[in-house]
Amino acid sequence: MRISLKIWRQDGPADDGRMVDYRLEEVSEDSSFLEMLDLLNEQLIDKGEEPVAFDSDCREGICGMCGVVINGEAHGPERTTTCQLHMRSFDDGDEIIIEPWRADPFPVIKDLCVDRSSFDRIIQSGGFISANTGSAPDAHATPVPKEDADRAFMAAECIGCGACVAACPNASAMLFMGSKVTHLGELPQGQPEREARVLQMTAQHDLEGFGGCTNLGECSRACPKGIPLNVISQLNADYRRAGYGGRD
Amino acid sequence: MTDTVTRNDELIDGIYREGAPITDTKAPGGDIADKWTTRKFEAALVNPANRRKLSVIIVGTGLAGASAGATLGEAGYKVKSFCYQDSPRRAHSIAAQGGINAAKNYKGDGDSVHRLFYDTVKGGDYRSRETNVYRLAEVSADIIDQCVAQGVPFAREYGGLLDNRSFGGVQVSRTFYARGQTGQQLLIGAYQALERQIAAGTVEMFARHEMLELVVVDGKARGIIARDMVTGEVETHLADAVVLASGGYGNVFFLSTNAMGCNVTASWRAHRKGAYFGNPCYTQIHPTCIPQTGEHQSKLTLMSESLRNDGRIWVPKNAEDCDKDPREIGEDDRDYYLERIYPGFGNLVPRDIASRQAKNMCDEGRGVGPAVDGVRRGVYLDFADAIERLGEDAVRSKYGNLFDMYQQITGENPYQVPMRIYPAVHYTMGGLWVDYDLQSSIPGLFVTGEANFSDHGANRLGASALMQGLADGYFVLPNTIRDYLAKGPFTKITEDDPAVAEAVQGVQDRIEKFLSIDGTRSVDSYHKALGKIMWEKCGMERTEEGLREAIEEIRALRTDFWSNVRVLGSAEGLNQSLEKAGRVADFLELGELMCIDALHRNESCGGHFRAESQTEDGEALRHDDEYAYVAAWEWGGDDEAPVLHKEDLVYDFIELKQRSYK
Repeated sequence: MRISLKIWRQDGPADDGRMVDYRLEEVSEDSSFLEMLDLLNEQLIDKGEEPVAFDSDCREGICGMCGVVINGEAHGPERTTTCQLHMRSFDDGDEIIIEPWRADPFPVIKDLCVDRSSFDRIIQSGGFISANTGSAPDAHATPVPKEDADRAFMAAECIGCGACVAACPNASAMLFMGSKVTHLGELPQGQPEREARVLQMTAQHDLEGFGGCTNLGECSRACPKGIPLNVISQLNADYRRAGYGGRD
Repeated sequence: MTDTVTRNDELIDGIYREGAPITDTKAPGGDIADKWTTRKFEAALVNPANRRKLSVIIVGTGLAGASAGATLGEAGYKVKSFCYQDSPRRAHSIAAQGGINAAKNYKGDGDSVHRLFYDTVKGGDYRSRETNVYRLAEVSADIIDQCVAQGVPFAREYGGLLDNRSFGGVQVSRTFYARGQTGQQLLIGAYQALERQIAAGTVEMFARHEMLELVVVDGKARGIIARDMVTGEVETHLADAVVLASGGYGNVFFLSTNAMGCNVTASWRAHRKGAYFGNPCYTQIHPTCIPQTGEHQSKLTLMSESLRNDGRIWVPKNAEDCDKDPREIGEDDRDYYLERIYPGFGNLVPRDIASRQAKNMCDEGRGVGPAVDGVRRGVYLDFADAIERLGEDAVRSKYGNLFDMYQQITGENPYQVPMRIYPAVHYTMGGLWVDYDLQSSIPGLFVTGEANFSDHGANRLGASALMQGLADGYFVLPNTIRDYLAKGPFTKITEDDPAVAEAVQGVQDRIEKFLSIDGTRSVDSYHKALGKIMWEKCGMERTEEGLREAIEEIRALRTDFWSNVRVLGSAEGLNQSLEKAGRVADFLELGELMCIDALHRNESCGGHFRAESQTEDGEALRHDDEYAYVAAWEWGGDDEAPVLHKEDLVYDFIELKQRSYK
């Protein structure tokens, strides 16, 4: 395949960025999107130009490290991670525009790499169950209804890639937060801290500069794991209950 | 023990020297069932008020590192945690699919600590250390309790209790799982526990940091030199003890199921500073991965082993049929070679055997799929019979997510066309040598998880890697490291200390060197060349001739690398080529040691198959009289032969047997 590329290049956090044009010949349609970028980088190195910086690690769709905006869509045209997108999803001669995640709480480090440490700080603020090592009762001490365990698992599939934020016009991280609140809130072990968790995480979310949710659903559509919008309903419900007194 | 360097200067086989054997692994005496209790009791305690004065550096945030960081933070020690990824949640433990073993015996099917211990030693082909493996089995049940308390959403039955499945050919159901994403769920649990400690101020997190050197002062590990991958700054971090939980080294093969960033640098820098490397040649090659499609390929993807329960593996009988549509090849022209050679176990033979036979078929010219470098490397895994027998819906409900993943990657529909699979490097059983306390041969340096060598012998059983990572991090290390820390706080050292300054200078010189070579070849091109040598000559089947060639080829490649690599950009700021250069430079040294280890071990065991050592039927043949030992290699110096220290494996509780799967 022959491909034209327009890629965001930015030397560092404080520098201005720009779109740069590249052309690639002989791209295999069996190669993954990131392998296409590997090929570009090998050619750039041959020419003595600095390769394009982009993040990736597992390249099997589970670590959440990769993620770029491709032709205006987070992770590109398929509902999957950037690393699992393959070139056969494009046509010979296509122009592909590649940009980093765009959101104030995800500042660009270089080229297509962004800083998502704001997600870690949201988890630090309450996205856990306090259970010190060695203090746990037998795993069978508390049965969990299968439906609850399955829903907790569905929400826990979030890979923390940030596509939801990149896709949202408000740069809201409420799908990310809702998936954690739902994961832990569905389980009996998560109940003691349920209210504090949602209040603290929401406060941190706002402090980081993420926007509010206006129910557009772009986040869920872009989510490579298909986390449904109703985790945000759960988040809102928990927040309301906790905010209006809840248990005392 | 480890400090007795009575080196025999004679070069053996032209490639290595032999040093003093290791005679004490620090395991306490007594019955195997009592050893861990004894050790925990005898390990000194640290007063809670003193813990905050004691500092520990942990490199890596996978299951073994994140769990250790959280647990030591909860106990009140001052922890610094490092990972090269942008968040600790991304470590490659996250990609583990199948499950985690634990001797809970919830199914009442006769499981026990002793049975899990026995299965693990046998599965490792009798090349692991009994005492460590028993302890692993002993703490396994506590792991499940801990994870459930953290909110890990394991699969459950309708009654609300945890579900189990059987795995990897054992006869009991002891594997706990969370669909095909068990590693992800366990890691998120450990990550959240770690983040909780970061918020509590007991753990300081350094993401996008890479350890580039170990600091050893007065013979003790006292810190690391790390590079901030965003600013490029070379930083010194000092502590009372250092823990490496930095994973395995499968990426020495370039193509593997590891993540792109997985590397040996942390372990290798420690090895060069005196930490012995145990059994480097023991690598696991997993039979069911998606084959390579071309030179562009950057990694290989595992398909769960469970597919072999219903899929039938075959290649064409005649090489001329290999480019035909498989559906047009008649039943009589197909060779279901595993069913033919192993009528007893058929498609369910262990991983190493299934892998080696696939290679044999392709070497005979009967492989299928696209040719890479002129050879078709793939065999069919065919579900046509299963679909006819069970119906497509039943197959979809069992394997749907795997079939989808296969289609995503290959663009082929496995419900209609047989899957193509080929073995790929998946796990490394070898790693830094540790004693019963998980302490390396450098005092104060501890090694956990895949980075150490200790529990899996020459072959790891399915669902055991997650168990070991969490056992080490949650339950073993926190109990053994306190015995060491109780002797501290150690003499205060500063960044002016000559040993620290030398370590910093070494790191800076190396970075400077990479950037100044200004050659013509990219780092990746060297990595691929190394991977090819390793895969061809130190992969599924090894011969003396091939290994000797590989050693020469790696040496030549390394020399060329240091004179002709091209690393653009600068040391300041993010520079991914520079990061890769450091990792590949270390792989180029490790690869040689792996070949030396494989060459010296003239027997076949587990994942290490020496063509010279096989039974009449072509099966792996161990030589217990000569090789029932751990090969712990000491760094000999640049361009010097490494020094072998043997730790004899003593089996007091399990009888050694030869495996058979006919």
